[in-house]
Amino acid sequence: MNDPAALYQRVVLDHNRAPRNFRVVQPCTHHAEGLNPVCGDRITLYLDVRNARIEDIGFQGDACAIATASASLLTDVLRQRSAAEARALARAFEQQLAGHANEGDGLGPLQPLLRVREYPGRLKCVLLPWRALEAALNGDVAHTVSTETDADAG
Amino acid sequence: MSAPDPLLRAAPRLDVERVREDFPILRQQVHGKPLVYLDNGASAQKPQQVIEAVTRCYREYYSNIHRGIHMLSQTATAAFEEARGKVARFLNAPSEKEIIFTRGCTEAINLVAYSYVRPRLRAGDEILISAMEHHSNIVPWQILCEETGAKLVVVPISDAGEISLEDVESRITERTRIVGIMQVSNALGTINPVREIVRIAHARSVAVLVDGAQAVPRMAVDVQDIGADFYAFSSHKLYGPTGVGVLYGRLDLLKTMPPWQGGGDMIRSVSFERTEFAEPPARFEAGTPNIAGVIGLGAAVDYVTALDLRAIEAHEADLLRYATELVSEIPGVRIIGTAAEKAGVLSFVMEDAHPHDIGTILDADGVAIRSGHHCAQPVMQRFGIPATARASFGLYNTRVEVEQLAASIRKVRDLFA
Repeated sequence: MNDPAALYQRVVLDHNRAPRNFRVVQPCTHHAEGLNPVCGDRITLYLDVRNARIEDIGFQGDACAIATASASLLTDVLRQRSAAEARALARAFEQQLAGHANEGDGLGPLQPLLRVREYPGRLKCVLLPWRALEAALNGDVAHTVSTETDADAG
Repeated sequence: MSAPDPLLRAAPRLDVERVREDFPILRQQVHGKPLVYLDNGASAQKPQQVIEAVTRCYREYYSNIHRGIHMLSQTATAAFEEARGKVARFLNAPSEKEIIFTRGCTEAINLVAYSYVRPRLRAGDEILISAMEHHSNIVPWQILCEETGAKLVVVPISDAGEISLEDVESRITERTRIVGIMQVSNALGTINPVREIVRIAHARSVAVLVDGAQAVPRMAVDVQDIGADFYAFSSHKLYGPTGVGVLYGRLDLLKTMPPWQGGGDMIRSVSFERTEFAEPPARFEAGTPNIAGVIGLGAAVDYVTALDLRAIEAHEADLLRYATELVSEIPGVRIIGTAAEKAGVLSFVMEDAHPHDIGTILDADGVAIRSGHHCAQPVMQRFGIPATARASFGLYNTRVEVEQLAASIRKVRDLFA
């Protein structure tokens, strides 16, 4: 059943209303911008990575509740993790969103975001900060990341 | 002065419940709730009469047009050309030769850009549009400007979403080659004073293209009364099939214009030395057109004409008034586009919820609206917002549906505030 209360759980609404780590990180060793031009969602991730470890992480931007909560939760769970752990978590999260893995395995606080699976049109929102994370860790700052396909363009 | 006869002045009434029976798609549930379709500005649903006209064409007399001497080709050609006549009368165009069928409103605007404006455009010339235009009435001009060194000049809009005639007048110079203006804004609902804009432009001998995509489904349009040199609209927003658009162009202008696509059906004679082009409208209709689609558009024109555009206009004005009243009462809602003259489009933003979150929650209640920039990013920039939620009304919408819209927006408020 399509119940928006299941999508917009308390945790998600709370992270949207009061996003954690909503700031530019100083010093900043890695950053990347995610932009979905059709939605207008824009999220920039800032990381301070030293010895392959995320010492600090934050984000800025203007986006819908799903993308904002996703970015806020992302920064919360990745602080003080290694870059390899961050990539592994991003992969596990994406696989569970796609339904390719058991739900909830090792996701901890990210689990409420999996409800987006029932809203295919909103997958691009929840994924935007994660794709920006990937680009930031790869040092790919030249291009803005988007989770919209050309078919979404208007 | 004697009082006007109320019987003469009153717009005929629309029997909405009867009208709804003509639209099979409306008889369905979405997420277990009756569908409330309020995305007519993006595209309108099709009545049985249109669906049947398209089906009958394919079942009974389909063939290519303008070429065969066999019976089916003659029947299909007659039906196709009959649709041209219907559209000409619908717009009150002086001649059927002034009606060109295109793939859509966008292609109609591009036709004017490439065939009328481009040959006349030199570096330093100007093209005048408004700040509320749809991307389809911005981008073709930008491409021409890029190619030729001409300049795109933009008439600003007020906080209410209106343009002033003084601003139009002061921006028309001796370098202005065309004015492109939408009659009704898809993002704001504003009805622009196109008749007055044409008068101002013509006083300076500048031609005017009116984008009527949102106007033709909502009000009676008379291209002679407006005085437009070109008028463009699309079939799918007028309850007709997709893939068909119309360009009305003044015959004296069309005759001076070169073709913009070459191919079959647009020539008088072809040899490798020389090709003679056909007269308008055939000159601008290269290749096999969307035959069944055009015939479907003819049925859509018959449909709205029988209901009477004045009745549709009055009905949508009532829905807009009611929706504006109910929605503006909801705390945290801000309506974008508050022009004095407005058609059935209600754009809004909410303090705590992004338009996409609004769209998702309304969808769960079966209420279909549009969330996004509505292909009018400059309008969003003007109001300092990334997007809006937009309810746009059609002839089959009801006051009860407006109440469902408002109730669903209150749910968003309860969840997010």
